[in-house]
Amino acid sequence: MLALKLAYRNLVGAGLRTWLNVFVLSFTYILIIWQFGMIDGWNYQAQVDMKNWEVGNGQYWHQNFDPYDFFSYEESHAQIPELLKKATSEGKATPILISQGTIYPDGRLQSMILRGISPEQKVIAIPSAELNVKSEEIPVIIGQRMANSCKLNQGDITTIRWRDANGTFDAKEVKIVKIFHCNVPSVDAGQMYLSLENHQKMMQIPGQATMFIIDKNSNINSNISGWEYKSHEFLMKEMTEMIKMKKVGGSVLYFILLLLAMLAIFDTQVLSIFRRQKEIGTYIAMGMTRKQVVGLFTVEGAMHAILAVIIGAIYGFPFLLWQMKIGISMPAGTDNLGIPIAEKIFPVYGLGLIISTVMLVLIITTIVSYMPAHKISKMNPTDAIKGKIQ
Amino acid sequence: MEQNQLITINNLVKNFPIGKGKFTALNGINLTFKTGEFAGLVGPSGSGKTTLLNIIGSLDIPSEGYANVLGMNIGKLNIKNAAILRRLHLGFIFQTYNLLPVYSVYENVEFPLLLINMSASQRKKAVMDALDWVGLTDKIKSRPAQLSGGECQRVAVARAMVKKPKIVLADEPTANLDAANSHNILKMMMKLNEELKTTFIFATHDEKVIQYLKRKIKLEDGKIVKDEIIKTNKEL
Ligand SMILES: Nc1ncnc2c1ncn2[C@@H]1O[C@H](COP(=O)(O)OP(=O)(O)OP(=O)(O)O)[C@@H](O)[C@H]1O
Ligand SMILES: [Mg+2]
Repeated sequence: MLALKLAYRNLVGAGLRTWLNVFVLSFTYILIIWQFGMIDGWNYQAQVDMKNWEVGNGQYWHQNFDPYDFFSYEESHAQIPELLKKATSEGKATPILISQGTIYPDGRLQSMILRGISPEQKVIAIPSAELNVKSEEIPVIIGQRMANSCKLNQGDITTIRWRDANGTFDAKEVKIVKIFHCNVPSVDAGQMYLSLENHQKMMQIPGQATMFIIDKNSNINSNISGWEYKSHEFLMKEMTEMIKMKKVGGSVLYFILLLLAMLAIFDTQVLSIFRRQKEIGTYIAMGMTRKQVVGLFTVEGAMHAILAVIIGAIYGFPFLLWQMKIGISMPAGTDNLGIPIAEKIFPVYGLGLIISTVMLVLIITTIVSYMPAHKISKMNPTDAIKGKIQ
Repeated sequence: MEQNQLITINNLVKNFPIGKGKFTALNGINLTFKTGEFAGLVGPSGSGKTTLLNIIGSLDIPSEGYANVLGMNIGKLNIKNAAILRRLHLGFIFQTYNLLPVYSVYENVEFPLLLINMSASQRKKAVMDALDWVGLTDKIKSRPAQLSGGECQRVAVARAMVKKPKIVLADEPTANLDAANSHNILKMMMKLNEELKTTFIFATHDEKVIQYLKRKIKLEDGKIVKDEIIKTNKEL
């Protein structure tokens, strides 16, 4: 195509200015891919972590259970139904008993959630097998966040207080037998795990549970009276939405960058159409139609994007692949957001992401190039040839 | 249109709008040109030479009257057909050369051929021939900025001639050149006029050009005041 050939000659002939624009543009689109790839990678990782540590392939909740209402916990436990008992024995699900308790780090009262879990379970990644120790105190495990906030170390003994099913307060010593690392804050912060049996004894409700987690490789969703099925998607919804919001928020910066790159190209185009009047007149005198000249200038502008894609691919793709391989370290403290964040996130770049980013940059650049180029078609060729300023 | 009559102009008037009124730059022009002429529009500044040349070149249209160039009615020609007429049959030479600054000499001369779908090998031959006519085969890689004014105008001549157009329109081609270069360019154009039978029409008030013309058309205030064939063209 003639326009492509001529546009390429003109761009390369224009030298430094071209390469500056091309570089900024390539940098922008690589950054956009990187940013979205990171968020997608994060999303993916968070999904996997939540599935492994908390959500499984869905849950059954006692009909009164509301995770956001601590007072509902007292009312939300019942005998384990047959179907789930069977599923538990087959390793397809595991019961959890949930109640509220208090702990006294440094003599301060702090509320927490006690979770009774079977030491034999393999449904979620909580290292509940560690609860299988003989000790005078009740063995418990906690996560790193909980350990930090209560200043507890492995082997520490501390007192906890709770209210049993009859409303009577009781207190006992517990021993921290294990501190685990987990990327999912809700599994860790303010949570203490003890064996289901111990918890049932403490609460004086043998054989009861608050909820069930279904194994990620199993599928149970039949109706069980008194229990409500919560799908995996439902349990993930909040996190997915939060990450989506992050995606929008995080991209604002990159779109500003894209806007700046577009401004540079717009400016280059306006300037060149102004400065190159004589050239435009000459093209017309040599028999190019105005449409062809407008096309040439538009292609010239759009070619910034084409060159940017090529240049970006040369330095950007190795960078992106390298990031995918080594991961991106996340600064400590980011998990205050309540979204699971690993120490390292491995970006995921979908083909859709790459293609849509490239197309976006191409289309916007073309539009931005066309707008000023369109003015050419209004030029009077005899004035243009002389390079008269209009 | 008579045989051999390349250009016919009847009662041509050209007005330019000025404020609310108009300015008549050409007023009742009647002219014909035949194949192979070496003619010039001469006359004082503002007499309408460029305006007439632009109309012949289909870059502008008459306000009144009729201008026929190679069988095309300029006043009725749409933008696309005017472009095709220029692309195929007209060559332009400008006072300010108007070379494409980012292109090499070779690419500048090649440009008109890119617009008419010529094969690469034909193109190469035509460009080298044209550069040979103007004696610049050793500068094909140079950029216009690296050339002298005379050399630039020779490139422009090569560019105008490379597609062997029927008509070459040259507006003040020597205005920016010194005497030696002016003579050089003019001799070259005369040679091409004789060898290729290309019609040349100049707009000029440069004596150095005028002495080469075989026909002088004198304009004053937008009117033809004299149209003479020069028989005793100075042999050089
Ligand atoms: N676009 C225009 N708008 C208004 N007036 C114009 C325009 N173009 C030319 N004119 C006027 O028409 C007249 C003829 O102009 P033209 O350029 O044809 O003169 P010329 O003979 O080529 O002069 P010169 O020798 O100085 O180049 C001038 O008075 C000029 O001011
Ligand atoms: Mg003039």
